[in-house]
Amino acid sequence: MAAYSEKVARSFLRSGAVFALVNSTFSSRNVFQLKRTVPLLVRHIQTSSVVRKRSLAATSQEKFTEEYIRKQIEEFNIGKRHLANMMGEDPETFSQEDIDRSIAYLFPSGLFEKKARPVMKHPDEIFPKQKAVQWGEDGRPFHFLFYTGKQSYYMLMHNIYGKVLKLEKYEDRMRNKGLFSQDTKTISVIGSRWLLKEELEEMLVEVMSDHDYSHFLQLMERLLALPYSHVEEEFIQSFRKQLEVQSSKQVVPPLQFDEKGIAFSTGEGRRKMATASVVVRDVGSGKVTVNGIDYLQYFVILQDREQLMFPLQFLDQLGKHDLECHVTGGGRSAQAGALRLAISRALLSCVSESEREAMRQAGLLTPDPRVKERKKPGLAKARKRYTWKKR
Amino acid sequence: TYFLVTFSLKIMNIQVSQTRSLGTAAVEAEPPASGTRAIFRTVQQDPAHHSEQDLGQYYTLPPDHVCSVFPHGLPRHFQLQMKTFNETCVMVREPALELISHLKKADYSKPALRYLLYGVTGTGKTMTLCHALHYCSTQGWVVVHIPDAHLWVKNCKELIPSSYNSSRLDQPILASQWLKNFGITNKHFLSKIKTTKTYMWTKRESTEEGQPLGELLEKGLTRIKSSSDVMGALLRELRLQCSKPQDEGSGAFRLVVAVDGVNALWGRTTLRRENKNKVPHSLLALILAFCGGAIITSLSQSGSLFTPRLAYLPHELLGKEGFDSLDPFIPVPVPGYSEKEFESCYQYYIDRKWLQHSQSHTEEGKKELIFLSNRNPAVFEKLCAAL
Repeated sequence: MAAYSEKVARSFLRSGAVFALVNSTFSSRNVFQLKRTVPLLVRHIQTSSVVRKRSLAATSQEKFTEEYIRKQIEEFNIGKRHLANMMGEDPETFSQEDIDRSIAYLFPSGLFEKKARPVMKHPDEIFPKQKAVQWGEDGRPFHFLFYTGKQSYYMLMHNIYGKVLKLEKYEDRMRNKGLFSQDTKTISVIGSRWLLKEELEEMLVEVMSDHDYSHFLQLMERLLALPYSHVEEEFIQSFRKQLEVQSSKQVVPPLQFDEKGIAFSTGEGRRKMATASVVVRDVGSGKVTVNGIDYLQYFVILQDREQLMFPLQFLDQLGKHDLECHVTGGGRSAQAGALRLAISRALLSCVSESEREAMRQAGLLTPDPRVKERKKPGLAKARKRYTWKKR
Repeated sequence: TYFLVTFSLKIMNIQVSQTRSLGTAAVEAEPPASGTRAIFRTVQQDPAHHSEQDLGQYYTLPPDHVCSVFPHGLPRHFQLQMKTFNETCVMVREPALELISHLKKADYSKPALRYLLYGVTGTGKTMTLCHALHYCSTQGWVVVHIPDAHLWVKNCKELIPSSYNSSRLDQPILASQWLKNFGITNKHFLSKIKTTKTYMWTKRESTEEGQPLGELLEKGLTRIKSSSDVMGALLRELRLQCSKPQDEGSGAFRLVVAVDGVNALWGRTTLRRENKNKVPHSLLALILAFCGGAIITSLSQSGSLFTPRLAYLPHELLGKEGFDSLDPFIPVPVPGYSEKEFESCYQYYIDRKWLQHSQSHTEEGKKELIFLSNRNPAVFEKLCAAL
């Protein structure tokens, strides 16, 4: 009887309406509270692999079996093809970017936190990597270093030290033969860095302490310093990460010329709640106009004028350009900061590569991310607390 | 030396990089003992003979002149600078020269011409006024100088109803101070000019006709309560006597009325009673009509009440009423420093060892100063000021 009534209730739910059922046999068993008198429309969301993955990933205590992960991967691939069909695109050439686009279209979310929005990714990216079971049926561990507690780490150190010994032996042999030469080719380390502790942990799927990490770095440096280290270049590079040159990412608009032949360039900038746009002309007088008013009258405070001066002084072009600025919103300091960013961006097109890099390093091209922190409930302002009363 | 000076200054304008060598040349050219003068100083110390050759250069006022002509006229910052540098140096600028040339050429039998100095805050209107006043006093004119008309319409602590006309208000302290300064400036005229009317100050005191102005002043200084009335009477006397034809013999003098911040007379006041003050009323009468002199006025936004900060043009600051009353006048715009003038000021500060920072002596430092002050004299002075 109860089972029948459960099925009835579920079917009611599936159809999308909940009625007030006063029968008390339900209240203890059912998860959904049916005692509400106000009809509540429950949207029946298809519990696909997307939602299930999110909720499972939160509980990191659970171990995922390999079989489970394999099943998830299959479901993901099938789901990908379904999604491609839904969007009317070719399932064969449906990339991860297309998936992201489609999910953002189908499930539009107004949440500010990007990580809280719906996501459909390959299970390897969602489920944390876990070690496979490390002992056999008889309970005997597979790895000989299992009882150290950090088997991958010690295995790695053992391997690196083995390579160090091998290279030293090779060097001894060459010296004995008299074929030792100093000018062997060395591995270039410019433009790359060692893996960080977090990255190494991710690679080995094992937790390590700071001490262990520093030992690892010391050993790798020792390996690198050996004369014949180029033999092990591949191994060493697997533990190094290339650094990207930041300034190469910048898109610089070309210089424009107006009717009279004067070169000019525009730039825009924002700071806090102020937006600014600037037209820098190559006229030769140092005239600066802000919103139609002379900058000396608009920015009465010296600090704001210094902010305007910074990019020009840095590039040593103080009296050479004419600035026509427009700025709205924000306060006095925010407007000055926004203008500074706009001027720097406008000057990018008038300047060489090395100077651009210098500007970037000086911080002229970085937009200031600081905004007003929101007020929180229970606090008077963002951080200020209400007066604490002992009783 | 004139050609050398202007030629070198022209080179400075074209090629800024050479200025450093020229700057050091200027410093070297003025050793403490010998008489070689620096580029920014002019030989001509008499304002009557200043000409375009001296544009952008400083001339020194002798200390006794300063005490007599400007007991209350110079701006506060300039007074501090005078005390620090131990000398009073005023730059010869175009608006002042224009004003002085007008004063030289004007016809004094006709009604007095009104000159109005206007410009953005801090460009040197008050200093131009002082330069012109110095010229007038060296020529032997009677100087009526009101350093700041805004003082009469705001922040008054003591107001008493006038005895002369009970609907108006008085400001005894300000009036007595002004009378004292007037006495210092125009000492030699005090015995020459005589009153034309009997004035009754109170029931017991009066000044008869034919008394010298000195007596009038004494009365004003001793009886502070009636000092505003004395001031009003004085202004009236001067106006009447100046306009008289010269064959009378007694009143052969020229009068210059200099009012700084003239827009105060037509602007709003913070004083509670709506009645106009006595003194501005008599001042107005003086400004509006007399013969045989000149009226030099300047606008001032910084002291004015209830005017927008960015307003500087005459019709904005004077309002319709003021503009119509002052009309017709000769407007004299006062701009900021030109390149040559800025250079001169900069060299002066270096010479007086006022710019101490090592970077301020370099080219980049100078460009920085130019950008930050936009060649505005007051802003430049504040920029270089002490902490």
